[in-house]
Amino acid sequence: MHKMLSHGVVVEDNWTVVTAPDLESGVLPAGDILLPLNYWLEKRDELLLQQADRAVGVWIDSHEEVEALVEGLADDLARLPVVAINFPKFVDGRGFSSARLLRDRYQYQGEVRAIGEFIRDQLFLMQRCGFSQFSFANEIDLQAAAASLKDFSEAYQTAADQPQPLFKRLR
Amino acid sequence: MYIYDQYDQTLVDERVAQYRDQTARYLDGQISDEEFLPLRLQNGLYIQRLAPMLRIAVPYGLLSSRQLRALAEISRKFDKGYVHFTTRQNIQLNWPQLEEVPDILAELAKVQMHAIQTSGNCIRNTTTDQFAGVAADEIEDPRPWCEIIRQWSTIHPEFAFLPRKFKIAVCGSEQDRAAFLLHDIGIQLVKNSAGETGFHIYAGGGLGRTPVIASSIREFLPRQYLLSYLDAILRVYNRYGNRDNKYKARIKILVKAWTAEVFAERVEAEWQQIIAGQGDAATQLTEREIERVKGCFTLPDYQQLDAAAVNAELQTQAADNLPFSRWLSRNVRDQKQPGYAAVTLSLKPAGVAPGDVTDRQLESIANLADQFSNGEVRSTHNQNVVITDILKSQLFDFWQQAKAAGLATPTIGTINDMICCPGGDYCSLANAKSIPVAEAIQRKFDDLDYVYDLGDLELNISGCMNACGHHHIGHIGILGVDKKGEEWYQIQLGGSASKQAALAKVLGPSLSRDEVVEGIEKIVDVFVDNRLEGEPFLATYQRIGMDKFKERVYAQDA
Repeated sequence: MHKMLSHGVVVEDNWTVVTAPDLESGVLPAGDILLPLNYWLEKRDELLLQQADRAVGVWIDSHEEVEALVEGLADDLARLPVVAINFPKFVDGRGFSSARLLRDRYQYQGEVRAIGEFIRDQLFLMQRCGFSQFSFANEIDLQAAAASLKDFSEAYQTAADQPQPLFKRLR
Repeated sequence: MYIYDQYDQTLVDERVAQYRDQTARYLDGQISDEEFLPLRLQNGLYIQRLAPMLRIAVPYGLLSSRQLRALAEISRKFDKGYVHFTTRQNIQLNWPQLEEVPDILAELAKVQMHAIQTSGNCIRNTTTDQFAGVAADEIEDPRPWCEIIRQWSTIHPEFAFLPRKFKIAVCGSEQDRAAFLLHDIGIQLVKNSAGETGFHIYAGGGLGRTPVIASSIREFLPRQYLLSYLDAILRVYNRYGNRDNKYKARIKILVKAWTAEVFAERVEAEWQQIIAGQGDAATQLTEREIERVKGCFTLPDYQQLDAAAVNAELQTQAADNLPFSRWLSRNVRDQKQPGYAAVTLSLKPAGVAPGDVTDRQLESIANLADQFSNGEVRSTHNQNVVITDILKSQLFDFWQQAKAAGLATPTIGTINDMICCPGGDYCSLANAKSIPVAEAIQRKFDDLDYVYDLGDLELNISGCMNACGHHHIGHIGILGVDKKGEEWYQIQLGGSASKQAALAKVLGPSLSRDEVVEGIEKIVDVFVDNRLEGEPFLATYQRIGMDKFKERVYAQDA
């Protein structure tokens, strides 16, 4: 079973990320699923009716705007257990802004999960931007990777994890 | 200068530990080359043509004598006993070993230095005027604002993986000595009608392949909002900058594509949302923090001096000493404090790569700063070093010591004070060598009287279109190009890094290595033939235009 980091702890990851090709068959995989934003927006009503027996979240790609998610989902956003943000390449930093907007601007309280090609050495920064879960594309030593969440003990700036800058808290 | 407190020091120490672990995992095969690339770049490490190169941050160019001595020691222990000053006021080591970089960073951390974000697609070192704090035309000392920006940008969680590199410059004076309009963000300190300090914000400037002068996007930003407004610009860029083509990825391309007006509106909308979301104005700068940082940039206790008497004495010393007089005229400038002077130490003697200094020279600079000033120096974007607050009555002694150390070449601001990138001798990006061209020009223009008669003439050399040598903004620019494996040089004229910033125009077909010095000579001849009394090169060029230069350089020999 695939595992992920959740709030710094290694847990089972039994979610399936559903992509556009998966949807062509018209049959959704079993178990907990993360659906593409557009699909959710299109099928919202039936999904809400039919998926009572499992958890359903939404994922957005790096180029998709958080604003579209928020406007499209409206009241549903707060009820979503997970919003996942995909990293097509680890150097694509748009997801960092997406996470901050979800947390800081739209006060999303559920899990913000990183999926895709991000790397362990980004975890400290990603956590500050509001990511709470990390589902790596490759199998890596998650226990060791969790150490990267603690690379720094302080930070100058405000971020999703710290509403006050260093100069207001400690100086 | 800014002195680290426990939080600054801890952060830099933890960065060393982080990079030490990353280097170990890389050498152990746990991190791929592709993944290690941005990690090492954001710690200053490039892999160059011959060896790695480590770029050390010198925040806004300010260095203490203690730091200079540490750099000298590091260059002896880990390198070949010399370092290179860059056009971003930073320092480069040319021959470090990848395995030893964590140790070098640890040595730097001991003297409150680092190499964080000196490369890579992140917010780089913030630069400013080398005469900050002492310039007569200063509105306000820009360095506290640079330090506030440095802290905000250091390990910023959201902006470590931008579409491309990102450079900020702050200008605190009437005259621009920071080329601030050629930065991704240019910040001009201004005062409003109530006398309050604020910022005129420009965005979208830059050199490189597509040189652009920055556009004004906000005329007056109240100072407490500096960081939230920068967050807004960076967020808009991070989200909407081009990530498909690295040559179209700088913010200048986005500003151009959207137009400056639309870009400014988008930033304004983002900024309004940021500050509306902060119930208790969380990121607004406090007066306490601004004063805390300002308090670090102390000026010496100036003596009350009779400026006329001091100047008269200096005139007497200069009258019977031509070399001293020459040095005074080119390398020394008045400060706003009467009786004191700021000296530019030249790193451009002929035969040495522009910006290179030896370990011994670093120590000499430290000694000069301790003996004649307050133990601080400033690196300049022209690749020289400035020491301020020298008593004019001590300039003669200063000059003799600087001369003995090879730091008193009296050519500041002349054709021989060229900006020059490391070029094909070191850099793997370069299309052509630049250092030998600089040297050949210096050797050609070796008659100081002639050089002085030419007056202010900025000559900038880049070994490739990435423009580290700022060729677009030289009065004369030289750009190395590759033609079927051979090194050629394109000449450009009419650039300017001043507040009336201008981008140079191409003279014509590029010249071979053998022709380039002769070409420069012909250009200078046209200037001399056409100049009005006392007119500087740029003014003559602007008056007579390109054609006369073109005709002379490309004239067929009879």
